[in-house]
Amino acid sequence: MSLVEASGWGWRYAGRRAWAIRDLDLTIDAGERVLLLGASGAGKSTLLLALAGVLGGSDEGTEAGRLLVDGQHPTRLAGRVGMVQQDPDSQAVLARIGDDVAFGCENLAIPRPAIWREVRRSLDAVGLGLPLTHPTHALSGGQKQRLAIAGLLAMQGAAAERRPGVLLLDEPTANLDPTGVGEVRLAIEHVLADRRTTLIVVEHHVDVWQDLIDRVIVLGPAGLVADGDPAAVFSAHGRELADAGVWVPGVPLPVVPRHQRTRPENVNPAHEVADPGVTQPLQNPVTPIPLTGVVGVRPPTGGDSVAQPLQNPATALEMAGIAGVRPPAPILHTEDLAVGYAAGAVVQSDINVALPRGVSTVITGPNGVGKSTLALTLAGLLPQLTGHVVASEPLRPPPANRRQRRVPDLADPHDWTSAQLLTRLGTVFQEAEHQFVAATVRDELATGLATLRWAGARIAARVDELLATLHLADLAEANPFTLSGGEKRRLSVGSILAGGPEIIVLDEPTFGQDRTTWIDLVRLIMSLLDVGRTVVSVTHDRAFLAVLGEHRIELS
Amino acid sequence: MTETASVPARTLDRLNPVARLLCALLLALPILITLDWVSSGAMLVLEIVAFRLVGVGFRTLRRLLPVAVLALIAAASMALYGRPGGTVFVRWWLVIISERSLLMALAVGLRVLALALAAVGLLGGVDPTDMADGLAQIVRLPARFVLGTLAGIRLLSLLAEDWRSLGLARRARGLGDHGRLRRFFSMVFALLVLAIRRGTKLATAMEVRGFGAAGRQRTWARESRLGPADAVGLGLTLVIDAVSLTAAVAAGTFWFIWTGVPD
Repeated sequence: MSLVEASGWGWRYAGRRAWAIRDLDLTIDAGERVLLLGASGAGKSTLLLALAGVLGGSDEGTEAGRLLVDGQHPTRLAGRVGMVQQDPDSQAVLARIGDDVAFGCENLAIPRPAIWREVRRSLDAVGLGLPLTHPTHALSGGQKQRLAIAGLLAMQGAAAERRPGVLLLDEPTANLDPTGVGEVRLAIEHVLADRRTTLIVVEHHVDVWQDLIDRVIVLGPAGLVADGDPAAVFSAHGRELADAGVWVPGVPLPVVPRHQRTRPENVNPAHEVADPGVTQPLQNPVTPIPLTGVVGVRPPTGGDSVAQPLQNPATALEMAGIAGVRPPAPILHTEDLAVGYAAGAVVQSDINVALPRGVSTVITGPNGVGKSTLALTLAGLLPQLTGHVVASEPLRPPPANRRQRRVPDLADPHDWTSAQLLTRLGTVFQEAEHQFVAATVRDELATGLATLRWAGARIAARVDELLATLHLADLAEANPFTLSGGEKRRLSVGSILAGGPEIIVLDEPTFGQDRTTWIDLVRLIMSLLDVGRTVVSVTHDRAFLAVLGEHRIELS
Repeated sequence: MTETASVPARTLDRLNPVARLLCALLLALPILITLDWVSSGAMLVLEIVAFRLVGVGFRTLRRLLPVAVLALIAAASMALYGRPGGTVFVRWWLVIISERSLLMALAVGLRVLALALAAVGLLGGVDPTDMADGLAQIVRLPARFVLGTLAGIRLLSLLAEDWRSLGLARRARGLGDHGRLRRFFSMVFALLVLAIRRGTKLATAMEVRGFGAAGRQRTWARESRLGPADAVGLGLTLVIDAVSLTAAVAAGTFWFIWTGVPD
């Protein structure tokens, strides 16, 4: 008998018309390692929740057909089926790591001595050699996910009969940096070494699990799309899966790295002939989006593009790193800058960097070195602790006519008003939801323009163009908080682009995004660069670095 | 099993948090029974001595500074407007400062300080996890309630970070110059949504680990019980109570709060 058996199984959430998943027939044997794929909305997470037995009762939704784990309804299998979800911050329940691992065992009413034996064994199994009183909030993302895995292992180890367990992973590494991804992957590899534990993992990044899995199941709107050996599934459905947002190994990305293009105008003749008034869909593989016209981008004016003498010796060294390109003048640079959230908590100091105009700058470095803090400081959101952020002359706002109580330092973006930032320095936050301020997608895009005192008709026209560019036209009246991850990301970028800022700062723009959204974003950023905008991104993403890492700032 | 619990740094930390909570309640008792400066003063002095003995440092006491201001205000209003009696020193419109009102002011001021000191000294620095262990196992509050609250407290620090980002993002969106009230409400709304999101995810994570299954007993990985140290602590507390009440009776200032005003 198979371990997992679904026959005609389906689930419809209460209050929804459509089934989240239906007519699913499938069996999985004990010890199998399955990668579960499918477009967003295909019901992958619903299936995992059902297998974990936490989908809820009849008041939460309607169940059809049958879904059994080891011959029983999943809700009756206390502790044998464990699940780790995407967000590391909401996986840890208690404040100390020992207690957190023990939590599941306590709920299973395991006797005290057995609990601590399992806690130690499980923490060893995932390679977390920390004191049991170590605070969970001080763990890195990768450590938090490993802690969650340890919590499940402890339950499976302590549960009666020690029957082999089932591990369900729902994009466990989507929110992790490369180090964290490696840690989690290694921990899982270690756990699976017994060849008894069954693994079902949902993940867009196939390469993370490629060597570990022996079966791929693809879910579609009407049940199974494909099921079988990974190599066979990828060769038969690779293209299709890639289009659905899965990072299939070997399927090339349809983007040309910036530094491999001689001059933007020459690479894509389409750009020259494109009617600036027409908006092209983002997914169109050849034509770049003619953002001139869409987000009010002006071609760089003569005065702006004249190279200016470098104002800082450190800057000159920086710029020499860009081979074969005449360094453009910096649009913004720093002088002995120290950054941090509070005066007493300097995260990084003595920063002397420059942002070359019209170039994509990428800030990289390990976790906790202050990449995001630096980005937010460059963006005029956090105050400089010491040193200066200096905006170049053309970027500065004009001096105010009326008398002010305190004369602002126009070279310092942190001294600008919020409205002045809109057209000069736009920031896209890591969490899209942090920057949503309106009740509908349409209002979200219009907010900044209203602050800039645009006329109503002009705002409406611009917002319509943006909606089309971002593929959000159908969702114009939806609440931003109800969008999918990719839609939220596009909207958060769009709401910043609306004001047409000269510099766009992006904090981990591709974090947790599927391939489709990734391509959308990279294309969008490239089109901004093509019309002379300056882009600064904080990222861990190697693929992003490969195509947009024209100028790199590495923090350590 | 000691390595799984927090290591006691002070003598006071050898007490179970539940015992500390009980001590704080007991110390409030005489203060609720009588309103007079002798019992409150004796209580305050004895508390300071006792806290010094069990290792509560002056750093903790410094947190009382805002309370001291509050005590001063309460005392001042009592001095100016309290029921007059004995020698009258100042009489100006509604203000009558008399011997009696000054003594009452002193009693009120000392009382506020003694109450606050007991609470801050005993409950300051209690680890929420240890308190939860005690409340569930000794007081036998429902596990769902205790652990749910504990997990919720942990989310608060995440929400503090969210709040900061929400503020920065408002500035980036061009809403940082005007409309402070509107901005505040948009941040509150967003924070609420984020809190519900996080709460839901956390609830799922807890459910996955078998939490909340109806009718099932649960064990506790770490035992929380009252020991000899707790008995000593509670005993000391009762002594402090007794001494301060006796002092008031001996000094003739004892005034049972529910009986009429003594003349």
